[in-house]
Amino acid sequence: MDALDLARWQFGITTVYHFIFVPLTIGLAPLVAIMQTMWVRTGDERWLRLTKFFGKLLLINFAIGVATGIVQEFQFGMNWSEYSRFVGDVFGAPLAMEALAAFFVESTFLGLWIFGWDKLPKKIHLACIWAVAIATNLSAYFILAANSWMQHPVGTIFNLETGRAEMVDIGAVLTNNTLLAAFPHTITAAFLTAGTFVAGIAAWWMVRLVRQGRPEKARVYRSAVVLGMVTMLVSGVGIALSGDWQAKLMFDQQPMKMAAAEALCETEEGAAFSILTIGDLSNSCEGVTHVIELPGFTSFLATGDFSAEIKGVTELQAEYEQKFGFTDEAGNPISYQPNLAVTYWSFRLMIGLAAFSAALALAALWLTRKGRMTDNVWFSRLALVAIPMPFLASAFGWIFTEMGRQPWVVVPNPNPSGVDGVWLLTAQGVSEVVSPGHVIGSLVAFTALYGVLAVIWFRLMKRYVVEGVADVEHDPSPDNPDRDAAGPLSFAY
Amino acid sequence: MELTTVWFVLIAVLWTGYLVLEGFDFGVGMLLGIFGRRRKGVAVAGGKTVSDGGSLSDGEREKNRRVIINTIGPVWDGNEVWLLTAGGATFAAFPEWYATLFSGFYIPLLIILLALIVRVVAFEWRGKIDSEGWRAWADRAIVFGSWVPAVLWGVAFANLVQGVELDADHQFVGGFFSLLSPFTLLGGAVTTLLFLTHGAVFLALKSDGEIRERAGALAERLAPVTLVVASAWAVWAQLAFSVAWTWVAVVVAAAALGVVVLTTRARREGWAFVGTAVTIVAAVVLIFGSMYPDVMPALDPANSLTVTNAASTHYTLTIMTWVAAALTPLVLLYQGWTYWVFRKRISADQIPASIGLSLRTITENAWGGKAGGGASSDSAPANDAPADDAEPAPRA
Ligand code: HDD
Ligand code: HEM
Ligand code: HEM
Repeated sequence: MDALDLARWQFGITTVYHFIFVPLTIGLAPLVAIMQTMWVRTGDERWLRLTKFFGKLLLINFAIGVATGIVQEFQFGMNWSEYSRFVGDVFGAPLAMEALAAFFVESTFLGLWIFGWDKLPKKIHLACIWAVAIATNLSAYFILAANSWMQHPVGTIFNLETGRAEMVDIGAVLTNNTLLAAFPHTITAAFLTAGTFVAGIAAWWMVRLVRQGRPEKARVYRSAVVLGMVTMLVSGVGIALSGDWQAKLMFDQQPMKMAAAEALCETEEGAAFSILTIGDLSNSCEGVTHVIELPGFTSFLATGDFSAEIKGVTELQAEYEQKFGFTDEAGNPISYQPNLAVTYWSFRLMIGLAAFSAALALAALWLTRKGRMTDNVWFSRLALVAIPMPFLASAFGWIFTEMGRQPWVVVPNPNPSGVDGVWLLTAQGVSEVVSPGHVIGSLVAFTALYGVLAVIWFRLMKRYVVEGVADVEHDPSPDNPDRDAAGPLSFAY
Repeated sequence: MELTTVWFVLIAVLWTGYLVLEGFDFGVGMLLGIFGRRRKGVAVAGGKTVSDGGSLSDGEREKNRRVIINTIGPVWDGNEVWLLTAGGATFAAFPEWYATLFSGFYIPLLIILLALIVRVVAFEWRGKIDSEGWRAWADRAIVFGSWVPAVLWGVAFANLVQGVELDADHQFVGGFFSLLSPFTLLGGAVTTLLFLTHGAVFLALKSDGEIRERAGALAERLAPVTLVVASAWAVWAQLAFSVAWTWVAVVVAAAALGVVVLTTRARREGWAFVGTAVTIVAAVVLIFGSMYPDVMPALDPANSLTVTNAASTHYTLTIMTWVAAALTPLVLLYQGWTYWVFRKRISADQIPASIGLSLRTITENAWGGKAGGGASSDSAPANDAPADDAEPAPRA
């Protein structure tokens, strides 16, 4: 493998890893804020207990999200320095804004929240967790602005003299339609992740306590199941709507990704959406056979019309060759076609894995109707199995988005009035001075460290989940006159 | 002033924020390894007024460690974001600098990143499990994660002062070992000593009781050493690589360190902290002043990256100037407020018992197993429930 492949592996591994923890933080921070709001408004101690229980899980998760995010910030310069030179004028701006507008708020107010339980008045303390929740979502907006620009460059011109992309309209970059679709999609996916997490854990506990003959103790979990379930249902709808919008944009902006997502080799009218496809691994069109198909669905997904024409990979390849050349600088032929198997399957896994969350939400809706609780073992099993699925769905979503745009790192904007010359092949973006040995070294170091941390993270989370919600929780806030009698600070180090 | 110069100054300001703030929390992290030792009778601070720590029980030792960590507990994460912002701002304002610097200083940066990763998770996860072994590992990670960047940032900045090997395309072609020279290694020693002193002064300022004593005594002994080493490096930098006006920074740094020497003797902790902070500001002024108008001086000056040839377009710089002007004061405001909220000193008697869980997990089964006879397990799941470490519940 050369430095390019290694750098791609490294970017893929570190980013997908970062994004295991990110969706949980983005979704769970607001849910914890909601729990705490319920406590402050109703004085119901059940919500305080839930706040602390899920708050600790949030903190364990947050730490590793921050730790892995630091790497991302510098990785563009380390492994992708030619890319950074080319796009820095546009791409650095949202990154810097993210740090200034979001990361500072997030980290400062999280510190205040952790250590402020017994120092800040209740309402100000509550405002701190809301600040964290809003800032995590804001950070997603800015980083997605950067990513969406790579998928669909706007607000930019190509400067022939300097040979790089230059920003001319920040407004366009921050209101890119790709971004306006990707942001709700990613955020609702994060809420689905956190909703499933909350409902899954609480459902497992509820069943467990009911079976142990302690339904009065299970009440607190029922509240969390309902909160999680509502979150899942609302975000599920949001995901489908925003995903549908993304698919339509993708058809316009990255037709090759659309064709690859369907493993559609030849141009078709009324293209079907296949559920199962068999192909060999050579990434060529000959080996592809669609086995189960929903007629017309791909056309519908892409355009809203069941009989519309969808261009196939072969025709698109020919178009790209006309526009961008047959060979690269070294004279090797360029394939403008992403890996078909990966693109095809990651798209289906992303959509399909959400079914577990849907099943959990619907089961919870039925089993907790009218204040009921349940001892249904199958519900408990489903709850545990559902928890990891949205994490995987998000990972596949990103693998689809990112691998589906290959061989481009900055995809050419097809809009005729758009931005001529602002595109970059992934192969052109890699650092020139970094040797394969360096990249292997860092790849091994990150992967090994990340592997160890993942195990610790999982066991810590599991340990806190199994401990369950504390039986009693004293109000530690300074408004409470007997807080001296309150238990020890439960959040400080 | 040209916008490119404004941004050069702004990036210097961001680095100043980072080094002043994270500087003391690196120092405190390093001191955890010195004051928090587990073996008996190995206190470093020495001196007549200071107990050697040898007579402490394990419980008292752990309380001391938690005092040390809690002095920076609420703020270290916010401090670290100054680094991310400096990185992001460099990318936005000087993409060529960002690209050349981080691909060129690949190995040191990689080591710094690994150190920061383990440090972050160790802070946050340390108290989550109540086990001496667990905490010992977390402490190792914090100590390692604090020493390594403290040394390497100094080496890296000294390289920027000294100049590095760039080719005509502004690519770094020097290789790892070209980054190590007597001058740059001395630079690493300077940041290490400076952060250690800064951290000791901060710890003395924020803690009470035994730790305050020991930190104060250590600061007193470190200050003169730091003064000598830092002045030597600064004069070397000044004579070999800098311009006339940065003598001001050298003098200010030396004077501030002189104040630190005196104030640590008198245990005037607040003034001593001002002294170390001013020293770090002056050091950044010296470093950036010596580079200007280069952002990355090359050994062959024709190849240097300068504020003009590394910069973004005027449009991008204008936008970013507005953003920075609007947001930076806000950041200072709420970070300042955090320091005010947590202004009280921390001492060992305020440290409650550990609220971490034991490592063991209970394995009562939610279905099957004990569930049938669930009535027998009427107590809430307890920490000390005898059980092994298996899955909370087997998956179907
Ligand atoms: C859609 C959301 C999203 C995406 C695509 C990314 N991140 Fe992220 N990132 C977050 C959402 C997020 C977050 C939710 O805001 C985190 C997770 C945990 C946390 O503390 O903040 C975070 C943390 C985080 C941090 C640490 C912040 C701190 O110290 O508080 C950095 C430097 C980055 N990220 C940088 C990146 C970069 C350069 C990415 C692109 C490759 C990236 N992230 C992808
Ligand atoms: C957290 C969400 C993200 C995930 C999970 C993700 C995933 C991936 C994956 C799997 C690859 C490897 C693709 C391949 O080698 O074929 C990749 C590459 C890359 N991604 Fe992303 N990505 C994410 C966000 C971003 C963002 C926000 C940016 C920019 C701000 C970005 C920029 C890049 C770059 C520069 C590469 C390297 C070039 C390449 O190999 O495609 N990614 N990403
Ligand atoms: C109704 C089903 C869904 C549809 C139609 C859909 C559609 C899409 C499309 C078209 C993209 C690619 C956008 C691009 O490359 O330009 C995408 C990306 C993505 N999807 Fe989905 N999706 C669905 C469900 C989900 C679910 C359930 C999750 C996770 C819980 C998820 C998470 C993601 C993520 C994280 C990305 C990458 C980020 C982005 O581009 O927004 N999606 N989705």
